[in-house]
Amino acid sequence: MKKIIPFLIFSISSIQLLAQDSSMISTIDDNKMDVEKITGTFKSTRVINAHSTEMLHKGDLDFRIMHRFGAVNTGGKEFFGLDHASMRMSFDYGISNNVMIGIGRSTLLKDYDIFVKTRLLQQTKGGTKQTPVSLLLAAGYIVSTQPSFATVKPTFSDRSSYYLQLIVGRKFNSKFSMQLSPLLVHNNSTLNPTDDKNILGIGGGARYKVSKRMALMVDYHHKIGELDAAITNPLSIGVDIETGGHVFQLHFTNASGMNEKGYLTQTTGKFFKGDIRFGFNLSRIFTVGKKSKRW
Amino acid sequence: MISKILSIIFLQLFFVNAFAQTKLFTKTGTISFYSKTSIEKIEAVNKKVLAVLDVALNKIEFSALIKGFDFEKALMQEHFNENYLESDKYPKAIFKGKFDEEATLISSAVDKTVTLKISGNLTLHGVTKPVNTTATFTIKNKIVSATSAFTILLSDYNIKIPALVSNNISKQVQIKINITSFQEMK
Repeated sequence: MKKIIPFLIFSISSIQLLAQDSSMISTIDDNKMDVEKITGTFKSTRVINAHSTEMLHKGDLDFRIMHRFGAVNTGGKEFFGLDHASMRMSFDYGISNNVMIGIGRSTLLKDYDIFVKTRLLQQTKGGTKQTPVSLLLAAGYIVSTQPSFATVKPTFSDRSSYYLQLIVGRKFNSKFSMQLSPLLVHNNSTLNPTDDKNILGIGGGARYKVSKRMALMVDYHHKIGELDAAITNPLSIGVDIETGGHVFQLHFTNASGMNEKGYLTQTTGKFFKGDIRFGFNLSRIFTVGKKSKRW
Repeated sequence: MISKILSIIFLQLFFVNAFAQTKLFTKTGTISFYSKTSIEKIEAVNKKVLAVLDVALNKIEFSALIKGFDFEKALMQEHFNENYLESDKYPKAIFKGKFDEEATLISSAVDKTVTLKISGNLTLHGVTKPVNTTATFTIKNKIVSATSAFTILLSDYNIKIPALVSNNISKQVQIKINITSFQEMK
């Protein structure tokens, strides 16, 4: 007995010594992870049509070309829609890491659009307080410059639309991200007198990464409000492919409009009746401003 | 009986202390890397590198969080974490090495500069490969500082560069380590 106790004590402490020696780093690594921002929730600042939880970094200029061909079910005569094209070209710029602005022009109805998007909350992990989601707000203005042949010409105000979108998104793991993005569009004038000027779209977007550089994407908005009977809910399904500074988004969509007013209140294609278009978004980011050198 | 136990405990406390005194560490080491091609220059720095050095056992270890590397261009940093180093899967870079010569040279209180050979293993992106280098230790006013540099091949660590940007990223990357002052472990 007398001999066992000191032996025990000795062995316990030698175990401690051994444990220290196997990885010396662990003796000073207090496992207290700093707060870590969750990045790369989506590959691009747009899910497909809708704003995503991604922001441009400060000083980044994003030149985007969004392109939608004609409806696939127009058949071989129209080369499955490829004879027709509609596009939106835009420049987006990161003013800070949490504020970006953009200006775009669509061929459809000769729309111009401008927007500002800001991040209010950033998803984080580690530290004492975690933020489970990112929260963003986008607000924009759209004006159509298409000539009108109506007897009473629409005024500038009649041609204007506004939108506000709230984006709540979360990167669940390195592969799966999802967002909910209610969108409110206000059109100053409507097609039918009975149509609502304010249309709410319950938006949802998701991404599933199938490889490091490729992801499956879905983008949907469910409209709430009175619109012409021909107007349908915009649904887009596609893939994102990333190659260095470019992101290619290839997809099928029933929406030909590529700004918020266009896709929420002017989509007429019936997705499951083949009334869909092949489309792509091309994004090229140029680093215009540089991060201040911290070393 | 009691006295025996006490004496053993004391003896061990003493030993632990004796060991501890030969250990040096830092939590603010700097690792920077540098890749240069005719098209693009890429550099990044991590200023929160952990390092422990055991003079008696001739051992040295480093640990750096991949997400702790700061780049000039934010997009580069994002690609570095997301596509190249996959920091969610492999959060740390770890080096475990041994001095090929007697490291006791470092523990002296006399001002001097010594260059020692180090051989060890670097674990990066889930791959462990041997690395041999030298480190220069400077002792001044009892403060130990160190610098070292070596080059690694990205292909050794299974870091794939897509053909489209292969001209922008160098196939070998120079890594520099700088520790301005080690602290004694108590």
